[in-house]
Amino acid sequence: MINQAAIKDLIIKMADDELIQGHRNSEWTGLGPVMEEDIAFSSMAQDKIGHAWALYRILHEDLGGEDPDKFAFLRPEKEYKSAHLVEMPNGTYDFSLMRHFLFDQAETIRYESMQESSFEPLRLLSKKVKGELKYHTLHANAWVMQLSKAGEESYGRMQQALNNTIALAAGLFEASPEHEAALIEDKVYPGEAELYRRWLDRIYPVLVKASLNLPAITAIKPVYGGRQGVHTIHLQPLLKEMSEVFNLDAEAGW
Amino acid sequence: MSNDSLDPRVNRLKLGEAGEVVKVEEGENWNIYEVFHQEKRGAHHEHVGCVHAPDPQLALVFAKEQFARRKKCVNLWVVKSADILAFDVEDEDMFANNLEKTYRDASGFKVMEKINKFKQSK
Repeated sequence: MINQAAIKDLIIKMADDELIQGHRNSEWTGLGPVMEEDIAFSSMAQDKIGHAWALYRILHEDLGGEDPDKFAFLRPEKEYKSAHLVEMPNGTYDFSLMRHFLFDQAETIRYESMQESSFEPLRLLSKKVKGELKYHTLHANAWVMQLSKAGEESYGRMQQALNNTIALAAGLFEASPEHEAALIEDKVYPGEAELYRRWLDRIYPVLVKASLNLPAITAIKPVYGGRQGVHTIHLQPLLKEMSEVFNLDAEAGW
Repeated sequence: MSNDSLDPRVNRLKLGEAGEVVKVEEGENWNIYEVFHQEKRGAHHEHVGCVHAPDPQLALVFAKEQFARRKKCVNLWVVKSADILAFDVEDEDMFANNLEKTYRDASGFKVMEKINKFKQSK
């Protein structure tokens, strides 16, 4: 029997990341740099919300959790387990793109590791999202390459964006001390430390190709706290806005 | 004097006085790419529209969401519009008489009579 509390904790972390990142990315809709990119970025934001919904449904249908909509929109801030990276305001497009690159590579590594998961719903979902994630990382890699080779200012901004996001992105791999050992032992997934290592191996060649400098691994101090419900000042206003319509009538049928 | 335009891509080029040499950074000058959509393996790629992109790789990335987001698709091609050779509009007259040359159509051959006759002789 797999440890249910540990699985729930893991899925809530994953789902909340997807929901908040999806919402942030959707804030670019109508404001993207060119029409084609606006459509692509918005479409991927929708995919993220779709992943979140699929995960909330696993909580609801397989683990006795609450209704997905209510769970997504009605929790107090402290109960969200999203990482600080995804809460950050969009800033300029270089920041949003670099976050998209680092987040989607991490997400891909995570789902790949779950193709062998002992927990069937995660195994099935990881196979289902594979194609979408392939496109998301193709998109992210293409932009990182493009902007890093588009002149001095562009290169400088991409390097700065990487410097600003790397520690936040490393925070995606914050383990829950009370659950981590059980999840690894039950073969649900290989654990955060292993995913972090795989992620660094995955992003490094792309960054090298783009001539961007990844800071020394020992110098990266991952930004933790999100998994424990400790958030930045940016999450609460986002939750308020995100759930505004839902809260008009939480019982309404859509 | 700068050349102000409503198009941000033009402004980024920082055009100066006429006659001044303009240096265009790589990736700064975007192109139009024609997009061809393949609905199933083995089918023809069909032209579906175009995207605006700095290079072929991003053109393909954009094309995927513009033209393969909803309808079935197994592959896409992109090709720079400028690389397509086409006739000039005023050369349309080259095609004008085609409609009068029905004797060139396969439909002009009447063969059923011969086939029926052959079948009856069997």
